[in-house]
Amino acid sequence: MKHLGALGFLLFWILAASGIYLYVRFDTSAAGAYASIGELEWWFGGVLRSVHRYAADLFVVITLLHLVREAWNNRFRGFRAFTWISGVPLLWLLYASGLIGYWLVWDTRSQFSFSATLESLDLDPVKAEQVSDRLFSLFVFLHIGLPLALLAGMWVHLQRLGRPQTVPPRALACGVAVMLLATAILRPAVSEPAWDPTQAPRNVAVDWFYQFIHPLMYATSPGILWVSIFVVSAVLLVLPYLSKPQGILAAQVDPANCNGCGRCVADCPYQAVILSDKKKALVFSDRCAACGICAGACPSSTPFRSIRELVSGIELPDLTMQELRRKLQAALAERPAEVVFACEANAKAGAIALRCLAMLPPAFVEYALRNGARRVRLIGCEDECAYRLGMDLSAERFAARREPRLRATVRAERNGNEYTFALR
Amino acid sequence: MKALRIAAQLALYAPLMAILAYFSTEPRFSAVAPDEALLRVSVIHATQRKEACRERSPEELAKLAPNMRAALDCPRERSPLVVELELDGRTVLRREVAPSGLRRDGNAALYQRIALPAGRHRIVARLRDRADGDFNYLKDETVELGAGRVLLIDFNASQGGFVFRG
Repeated sequence: MKHLGALGFLLFWILAASGIYLYVRFDTSAAGAYASIGELEWWFGGVLRSVHRYAADLFVVITLLHLVREAWNNRFRGFRAFTWISGVPLLWLLYASGLIGYWLVWDTRSQFSFSATLESLDLDPVKAEQVSDRLFSLFVFLHIGLPLALLAGMWVHLQRLGRPQTVPPRALACGVAVMLLATAILRPAVSEPAWDPTQAPRNVAVDWFYQFIHPLMYATSPGILWVSIFVVSAVLLVLPYLSKPQGILAAQVDPANCNGCGRCVADCPYQAVILSDKKKALVFSDRCAACGICAGACPSSTPFRSIRELVSGIELPDLTMQELRRKLQAALAERPAEVVFACEANAKAGAIALRCLAMLPPAFVEYALRNGARRVRLIGCEDECAYRLGMDLSAERFAARREPRLRATVRAERNGNEYTFALR
Repeated sequence: MKALRIAAQLALYAPLMAILAYFSTEPRFSAVAPDEALLRVSVIHATQRKEACRERSPEELAKLAPNMRAALDCPRERSPLVVELELDGRTVLRREVAPSGLRRDGNAALYQRIALPAGRHRIVARLRDRADGDFNYLKDETVELGAGRVLLIDFNASQGGFVFRG
């Protein structure tokens, strides 16, 4: 479920690839469109057409699941507000792209959808139904332009995320692609009969993923339809501001200890840190999740420093590195066999609580081992990191693939969301 | 654990395939009931001017700039369009539509869909496109409409007014 956003990107690219072939074969005139789709060879063009349709339908399912999941997990307020709000127009673009895509077939279903859309806008569909090539070209233009706008919107949607995942794991991507292919072969998408203006729209094969708004309008009224769309959009847009602020104390930079290395910039999961012109870290407090990952990345966050008051280049005001070192020293004073650090989402009794696992610089592990602990245990989030990248960044640091690295004198073993460390 | 995850994924794909395949075309939707026909009234018409042109007096012309001295003063605003539809002696539609445009000098447009039981019906369509007086266009016709049939009631002043097509 955590790959829903990445799956959305995969489906977009499947739609783009299949759409390019269909466009090559497509007659963009009103008179020729229906026949040109019927001329697609079933074993390639027909399958691609079906994949195109089912990928579009799945895109809606995945997008709605993504939305519900993020809302369910309270990921829409504060530092996530930008990402949430920028996602709302994507829903409109997705639906508009899909609706207009159906018009291109220009069969009974297309006519029904086109007429219903015009009726919902209080426009006379009768004259427009005798569609000219120029109007039909506009449909084609919109079916290319709106998805491009959707892609641009998806890019904006990710701007406040560090290392956004836009490619799902290979197994999942292959699974979804094979599933679409199988659905396309088992139940190929076919055109409805050509439109007959003397027949009322009956038994229309409505695509309920996109065209549900038409039956909804006929069951109610165009006014209710538009008010519903407006209300749903408005609720989604104001949702981040309906609840009270989370009271997050954003990370703070100490310029005297910041050397401008940029590790905090690279590791921040929400793009809340940049380097200023003076090569010092600069925190946008409204984007900061106070996860402390930046502090864990800072080269000055090492407990081996001999200064009395440990001040890091960047750290959380309510959980400083000095405080963390003091807690560790207090734990070491009891000569325990094991020192345990755990992220707040998975905190255990007796463990030193961290905001996120990646808040702990690897030097703290070595410090604990060299000062009496026989073993150090780190416990992270069980399923999905509460701050997106904590588990991944920790894994890279402990495997010495990312700064700050765990030194080779320490042996690390991972078991799920837990790490155990000992001196070699 | 990995095998379990893959198995769970496979178990998810089958119902997802079924959902995609089914809801992309089913259940079918009918905008009219099985025993109904549909009337579609579609009128786009430039109505008559609300006020007739009048000739300017020499004094009025003298007050105007030389390049603006048109002999006739023709107010641009058009009359509202009034359309009435009677079905088997019962009025099912009466609408007054203002002409479009900031100066109310454009076309007046009206569109209405009316479902009616299939069968034989007497339809009387009336239209007034002038400021005063009675309806100046009328068509009275009895039509036989089968279930699911569409009767389009169009208007074209150059063809004499209402045109029933179905």
